[in-house]
Amino acid sequence: MLHATEVLGANAVDSLGNFVGRVKEMFVEPADQPNRVAKLMLSRGQYRPLIARHDQVAFVAPGKVRLCTEESELELYKPNEAWLAVGKDLLDQQIIDTNGRKVVRVNDIDLDEVQIDGNVELRITQVDVGLPGAVRRLLQGVVPPMGIRRIQEKLPPRKIRWEFVNLIEADPLRRVKLRLTSERLAALHPADLAEIIGELSPDERQGIVASLDEETAAETIAELDDRLQTQVVEGLDAETAADIIEEMSPDAAADLMSHLEPEKSKEVFEEMEHREAADVRELLRFEADSAGGMMNTEVVVVGEEATRGEVVDYIQFHEIAPDQLDNVVLLNKDAGFSGTVPIGRLLLADADQRMSELIFEPLLSVTADASDKDVFELFDKYNLRSLTVVNAEKHPIGTITVDDVVSKLQEKLA
Amino acid sequence: MNETNANSGALATWSNRGKDFLRRTRVTRRRLAVLLAVIGPGLITSNVDNDAGGISVYTQTGAQFGYTMLWSLIPMTIALYVSGEMCARMGVVTGKGLSDLIREEFGFRSTFFVMVAALAVDLCNTVAEFAGIAASMQIFGVSKYISVPLAAVAVWFLVVRGSYSQVEKIFLVACGFYITYIVSAVLAKPDWLLAAKETVAPTLHFSTEYFLMLTALVGTTIAPWQFFYMQAGFVEKHVGAKQYKHARLDVILGSISCMIIVFFIIVCCAATLNKNGLTNITDAAQAATALTPLAGKWASYLFAFGLLNASLFAASILPLSTAHVICEGLGFEAGLDRKVKEAPAFYGLYTGLLVVGGGIILLPRAPLFKILILSQVANGVWLPVVLIFILLLINRRDLMGDHTNSWGFNLVAWATSIVMIILTLILVYTAIAQPSGTELSGAWFHWLHWP
Repeated sequence: MLHATEVLGANAVDSLGNFVGRVKEMFVEPADQPNRVAKLMLSRGQYRPLIARHDQVAFVAPGKVRLCTEESELELYKPNEAWLAVGKDLLDQQIIDTNGRKVVRVNDIDLDEVQIDGNVELRITQVDVGLPGAVRRLLQGVVPPMGIRRIQEKLPPRKIRWEFVNLIEADPLRRVKLRLTSERLAALHPADLAEIIGELSPDERQGIVASLDEETAAETIAELDDRLQTQVVEGLDAETAADIIEEMSPDAAADLMSHLEPEKSKEVFEEMEHREAADVRELLRFEADSAGGMMNTEVVVVGEEATRGEVVDYIQFHEIAPDQLDNVVLLNKDAGFSGTVPIGRLLLADADQRMSELIFEPLLSVTADASDKDVFELFDKYNLRSLTVVNAEKHPIGTITVDDVVSKLQEKLA
Repeated sequence: MNETNANSGALATWSNRGKDFLRRTRVTRRRLAVLLAVIGPGLITSNVDNDAGGISVYTQTGAQFGYTMLWSLIPMTIALYVSGEMCARMGVVTGKGLSDLIREEFGFRSTFFVMVAALAVDLCNTVAEFAGIAASMQIFGVSKYISVPLAAVAVWFLVVRGSYSQVEKIFLVACGFYITYIVSAVLAKPDWLLAAKETVAPTLHFSTEYFLMLTALVGTTIAPWQFFYMQAGFVEKHVGAKQYKHARLDVILGSISCMIIVFFIIVCCAATLNKNGLTNITDAAQAATALTPLAGKWASYLFAFGLLNASLFAASILPLSTAHVICEGLGFEAGLDRKVKEAPAFYGLYTGLLVVGGGIILLPRAPLFKILILSQVANGVWLPVVLIFILLLINRRDLMGDHTNSWGFNLVAWATSIVMIILTLILVYTAIAQPSGTELSGAWFHWLHWP
């Protein structure tokens, strides 16, 4: 096994044993093969650097590279954005460890030597983010290589397998050229992803958000704190922002829109679908610190005389998402609020039991202009998990769930 | 019919005006909220500058040279602003801390040596802060064996248990306490006219002592660690490029308020100690004691309280900032939102700095004063190195885009670095050569002959 820092700076000789240059950089062509060092850049002082392809390398050892061709066979170096530079793009830079869900800094890169038809190919296996890499970087050239290896063996390793490494590239075009996918990022929990994004610089953050699909982007942005949320969305063009915001739940979207600059939010509203925009506008009428500002409008509403079977059919038919299914809100004949049925009760009921028999006691609701303090008190006093919000005519207009309460309390604490 | 129309027209205008007013106040409130959200790092950092070591140097300046060094405050304000603004700009534009940038652009080994040097210099400073705590509490009759451990524990808990915004609020209040120095100065009844004159139209002296004092003054006012802290502060608050002008305002406010305090400390000491021939004052605590017969008990107590506040304030920030900077540069996990188990290096460094810093002061015959001076010299030597790193980074177009330095900024910043290098070289030369012709009577040179 070799380390990138042992190869970078190595002297390269050609098949005749003549000195060609020093290895200045190693390139990976992710489009070709994601982990193979495809090219070595050999610098020659004032002359233009040369490029040695992977099939022109015969032997690699710390500080030494031997080619299997003559110097005249090598091409001249031309910059290429689709090449990943191990020294410039990777070493000392931050990457995302998608397995450990963290942003870490690369100390060194482990390379495996693979023998193919008399050539040696270098394959990236892991990146070193721990002490051993740091110690090597520090002592290289001062302590002989064997000495360094001996010290290293005593230190606890911290390495990340190459498959789990997600590069942070701010430029979306280069991301495409480098074939950087965000599948592994998208597989993370939005809260974890939000935490990772929070640690990056604004450009990098924008780059990552741009690479996510709309749904993941929406979930992630919803988890960011207010200021970052605003920054990220203001960095997007109105159309993209609208597409992402449409994927959010109306209450999260309203929360976000209320923090945007008035001009930006106007632009975004114009780009949004009318129905979604109307939902969000509706919520924006309420003060942030009121029950209306905390509630979610995506609620399952059924008549109180419906049976359990009918309600379940209704839920299945409309494919209502499980995270909106804390309870079912009941209406009386005048379309007024008449109670709620927790989903647990619904689950245990017989198919022909009516909703009115399953109503949760005590019968509670708040108006949209109730203060957040009143809401906290009700939740605390009655150990609620959700609470219905009604308008002046007693029609249900939304639900506050316990996670809304927790976010609000957390916000107040900070 | 017409009448009603006219009426409703008037009403409409009124209500429009009302709406307009409401909207405008809302916009102003919003702007103010944005400003307040950004402000902090610059103001706090510049004020922490006036720490225990700083106050000791200002005291000596006033005692030894009276009003005659006040002129240096204006160029120093500019240098402080220019250097601070560069860090604010770098933090806002790149979204990365100074140590991160050094690591990414200069590689591991340079970073390692920067970090080791930062650790050494910051440790000196931390010791100096605890020396300030010990000295000021002694004036209130509290033994250092009680005050120092108590302060260390209090600081540890404040920082580890408090949230960032809570801690920042406490720090902003601590900034306010610096007003005690203004009150002290007023109580000392100085010659305001002379002070004003010396600030703008200086009478220069040319003696070795004068130059050495000047070096110390610059070295303590523009402390290198503050750059790391300030930049990290703006990054951590997620201040975006849009709010850059607020960040700059923060830095301006910080630089000016810092210098105003320095002005009043020097004036206070010039009006009392210098005027009465007490030129050989060695530190702030001694000054506070000497103030009693000259300006009254309250001036003295206020002076001591100011020193305590400054020392405590800096002792909370310095070790924290150091641990942050080192861990980030070397790639260890850092931050108060991490658990001790997740970030052992960070908490280890932070706690270690407090324990060692406080511990040295508790040694029975710790030379407190020499430590203070040593820390200022270390700062002075370290400053040009950090400034040069900053200048190299901020002029990189690939990092900063259109936000690289203007030539005016480069001029002031390079001038500051070069002046600091020259002053430092003079200082080191004096320390080694001990020129026989000059009489090193100024107390502040005693460290040269230590132990």
